[in-house]
Amino acid sequence: MSSSYPIQIDATVHDPALQKAVYTATGRLMDMRRNAVALVPQFEELRNHANAVKRHTIGHLDHYLELVERNVEAHGGEVVFAQDSTEVADFILTLAKQKGAKLFVKSKSMTTEEIHLNSRLEAHQLEAVETDLGEYILQLADERPYHIIAPALHYTRHDVARIFEKKLGRTETEPSDQAMIARAVLRQKFLDADIGITGANFVIADSGAVVVVENEGNARLTHSAPKIHIAIAGIEKIIPRAQDLAVFLALLGRSATGQAMSVYTSFVSGPRRTGEVDGPDEFYLILLDNGRTKVLADEAKRQSLYCIRCGACLNHCPVYRKIGGHNYPWIYSGPIGAILTPQFHGIDHDPWLPFASSLCGACAEVCPVKIDIPRVLLELRRDVIESKTAAGANKLERMVFRMWAWAMKRPHMYERLGKMAAIGAPRGDAKTGWIKDLPGFLAPGPVAGWLQERDLPRPAAHSFRELWRERQKKKGPAT
Amino acid sequence: MNSASRDAILGRVREALHRKAGDVIEDAPPVRLDVPELGVPARIAGFRERFEALNGKVHVVSSRDGARQAITEILNGRAAVASNARFLEECGIGWLSSVRTGLTDREELKAACAEAPVGITSAQYAIASTGTLAMLSSAEEPRLVSLLPPAHIAVIPASRILVNLDELFEKLPLPADVTSALVFISGPSRTADIEQILVRGVHGPGEIHVVIVEGC
Repeated sequence: MSSSYPIQIDATVHDPALQKAVYTATGRLMDMRRNAVALVPQFEELRNHANAVKRHTIGHLDHYLELVERNVEAHGGEVVFAQDSTEVADFILTLAKQKGAKLFVKSKSMTTEEIHLNSRLEAHQLEAVETDLGEYILQLADERPYHIIAPALHYTRHDVARIFEKKLGRTETEPSDQAMIARAVLRQKFLDADIGITGANFVIADSGAVVVVENEGNARLTHSAPKIHIAIAGIEKIIPRAQDLAVFLALLGRSATGQAMSVYTSFVSGPRRTGEVDGPDEFYLILLDNGRTKVLADEAKRQSLYCIRCGACLNHCPVYRKIGGHNYPWIYSGPIGAILTPQFHGIDHDPWLPFASSLCGACAEVCPVKIDIPRVLLELRRDVIESKTAAGANKLERMVFRMWAWAMKRPHMYERLGKMAAIGAPRGDAKTGWIKDLPGFLAPGPVAGWLQERDLPRPAAHSFRELWRERQKKKGPAT
Repeated sequence: MNSASRDAILGRVREALHRKAGDVIEDAPPVRLDVPELGVPARIAGFRERFEALNGKVHVVSSRDGARQAITEILNGRAAVASNARFLEECGIGWLSSVRTGLTDREELKAACAEAPVGITSAQYAIASTGTLAMLSSAEEPRLVSLLPPAHIAVIPASRILVNLDELFEKLPLPADVTSALVFISGPSRTADIEQILVRGVHGPGEIHVVIVEGC
């Protein structure tokens, strides 16, 4: 085990209201996914297909990036490559200055959360308004998303009422009223906005298009109403062909919210064309690296970039369901956060994170693109240990495991050690037979620490091997 | 900044993948499209079932005149903005006194849609298996008519109902060749962001009708 966990986890675990909110919401999302998947007998085949398409695309990403660039330009848009958050902000600020733009509307985008776009724009006296209801509430409360697809999952209607009262002077406690208050405020923003910023669920190489999936209509308004549309996507969001969407959309909606199709799916390929009455005059696609090329370099862990951000792994994760979204160190929470964060930020940043998993495998079972998250977690654990060992730590541990490996490879030695343990072990608890502690000479420092949280079963008087030999003697050799 | 960043990113990608500029690539896995046979009546029935399950309303009529009558009933006195779709013209939607149509100025259209209680459009396709409308934005079909008003009515010929999304991408392998924006609409706008309680009409229309015209 690595260093200790952040202390706030305790607060989450001992907050019954929060525990209930997270358990109920994730439980409901699990049910909805299960019901939707049950109606698609070929779902497994779709997952395999999506995995193959993603593996191919990520494996030839340079080719597809250039293809996207060509096709966006062919339809009158512009591609901007950005290495990090500063380059994104620089581009947008320069454009805003050039166009005299002051007001931005934004639809939900984890990628823009990644680069703290709002605060960067606000620092330059520009107004950037989140328009997804959950994100809008979070922006008013100055918080970060609790969940990839249900960002305000941890709030009750009363929390929302408190936030609205403070920021908007409204005290309604019915979610339907609260949604309509947000609608009215945000509607005016849409009509006045100079620039709309969306993320992209997919970037389509053969079309030079971005695909945005949502239920509220705020993303449609964001890319339809203002005169400029900027889409921001990680470089890994590419899929080769528009026709691949038949599979990816079938997977995304069902995995995320149990919907066969989300209410709105927009396929945007450039600015409005000749004769069109509305739609943006300018379209920019920002392709963001921000650490992704580092992930790409590791062949075993590269699959982390297949993620389509459905959130299913969060809902099914016993750890996420217990500790919630805000105890993860970065905006990506749950199992996918546990593998993305150390790869983007370096394993020294939060070395405990890959260990915060029981490796139960539920995440891999539901992942629509079949990312083997437990495998990547194990790889990351190894990286953490290796980096510590390289730094001179863990010498004792390494020696113990080397001895262990030596003994395990020699059956006679293993048996002899087992017998010694059976004879030498303390009697343990009279009722249960469990050994709670060992005498000091058998439990030097680290072993004592290990035993503080674990009990040992008493070794059996006779080993399986002994019993088996006895049995063979009685029965004669097997035929 | 951009060209240097572009080269830096492409360089890092190639280094990570052990590839060089211009390296040939393997073929992508073949496209997977699965389109079952289904007759028009079954497509209508399928669309109706799915779309109504999403809380949309479906009206099946047997003529263009029937479509106009259905719209009059749905409007029930409300004013509306209609898109410039040829099929709406064929149905005589513009004859209705409460319907404003023929808008070609962006600001005027935006203002009209922001005021109107109802927006009327056609749709390029409907998709039976998911209860979905496929809207291709064009001079005939602006984006805001189906988006800003709190209610949306779409009128489509029955022959444009497809079996599933796979059939749509079979018919439109490259949507970008024919439109700058393809939007799929599956039911009324909704959110469940507060306590997972379903609220309709949060940003887009909360009321949505599809009028299917048989025999065309």
